[in-house]
Amino acid sequence: MSFLSRGARDWFLLELFSGMALTFRYMFKPCVTINYPYEKGPLSPRFRGEHALRRYPNGEERCIACKLCEAICPAQAITIEAEPRDDGSRRTRRYDIDMTKCIYCGFCQESCPVDAIVEGANFEFATETRAELMYDKAKLLANGDRWEPELAARIAADAPYR
Amino acid sequence: MAEWMTGPIWYVAIKIAEILVIVVPMLLAVAYLTYAERKVIAVMQLRKGPNVVGPFGLLQPLADGAKLFLKETVIPTDASKAVFLIAPALTFILALVAWAVVPFADGWVVADINVGVLYLFAISSLGVYGIIMAGWASNSKYAFLGGLRSAAQMVSYEVSIGFVLISVLLCVGSLNLSDIVHAQEKGVWFVLPHLPLFVIFFISGLAETNRSPFDLPEAEAELVSGYNVEYSSMPFALFFLGEYANMILMSGMISILFLGGWLPLPYLGWLHIPGVIWFALKIAFILFGFLWVRATFPRYRYDQLMRLGWKIFLPFSLGWLVLTASVLEFTGLLPK
Repeated sequence: MSFLSRGARDWFLLELFSGMALTFRYMFKPCVTINYPYEKGPLSPRFRGEHALRRYPNGEERCIACKLCEAICPAQAITIEAEPRDDGSRRTRRYDIDMTKCIYCGFCQESCPVDAIVEGANFEFATETRAELMYDKAKLLANGDRWEPELAARIAADAPYR
Repeated sequence: MAEWMTGPIWYVAIKIAEILVIVVPMLLAVAYLTYAERKVIAVMQLRKGPNVVGPFGLLQPLADGAKLFLKETVIPTDASKAVFLIAPALTFILALVAWAVVPFADGWVVADINVGVLYLFAISSLGVYGIIMAGWASNSKYAFLGGLRSAAQMVSYEVSIGFVLISVLLCVGSLNLSDIVHAQEKGVWFVLPHLPLFVIFFISGLAETNRSPFDLPEAEAELVSGYNVEYSSMPFALFFLGEYANMILMSGMISILFLGGWLPLPYLGWLHIPGVIWFALKIAFILFGFLWVRATFPRYRYDQLMRLGWKIFLPFSLGWLVLTASVLEFTGLLPK
């Protein structure tokens, strides 16, 4: 009897029709594609995007030029030059990140003792020239000022797990 | 009535107008068939499909057309130039020329010739020349292999298509396409008595138009894109349009042979919807089947394709032909 049922399956194209029924059912399922520039997918608070240098609420920059991030950076993308400021505090004179070298591993923000360098949620920082991706201190601080509310929220959201 | 209105010039003008009335909507239909294909497959794969150009992406076919039109026509150095350029034109012209004998509604036909089916069959057989010329003239191994495959495939499936046609013609007693529809007006649509043939014809139609799952001539996995690898710009667009026009033609043939052409659905005749709309709806229905199949099945292997054509469809349609002839003879239903 098995050859009969197999023959019937072949001759009446049952497998083909059940396959087509499946695709037909899928026509009525909601589509999973996100209309990207207008809709965006969810991001974890740990998502590692564009870098930023943060400030304290009083406007003082957090970075104390300890150079831990420069030391740990596996891609050697960070370059720091430091000197004492006029008021005697130790600050960076130069803080550059080569975004074309960066591998977004997040070691810099892990190593930072004062939460100064962080990787934010922004991943849409494509540029038209290579030179624009050589971030300097001014650009990183500007990023920090622009994203501060979000950066603080992300750090707060992740704090219980640290 | 003035003298010139009955003269040959007037006759030619009328014919040209009739041709334009067919060709222009046909090109539009082809353009929007590409759109429909992308949308249908997208929906079945839980994607969105084109939705950026115009409302719901409705202007996408025009954008695609403009893009292809503006690109450079690249002719490979080693190609045989004349044949290389004739091939796409041939494919495209043949796809359009076939519509001359297709009745869109009762009496709405450019050339109501008595060998309509033979004409259609001949034209669709000639279609293989466009592809094999393209494959040969490109002087490229992928195009060449694609062309050869396509020739073998189209010839194989034409045989079983021929037997299916003969079975239907036996029930009609005429090769005229309008007569085929009229024969279904009195009795039932041929899809009911000839259901297995309808399935075979549909599948052979997929193979004949090089559609998935029989799109071996352009199998992108192994042949890059088959016979049209070397084509760009308008020649490529002509191939593309020709392929889709052939799909619509094949759907038209299926509608006329099995689904009663311009006839309304049974019990819906009181709606008085024009026949041409019924015909378009049936074509759209079959075309949806083409797209549906493409969204569902993976591609056949070449030897499976040949086995299906020669070892299953050919004997089956031949057997069905003998059966049809016997039944018609012994019940005395054979049309005189």
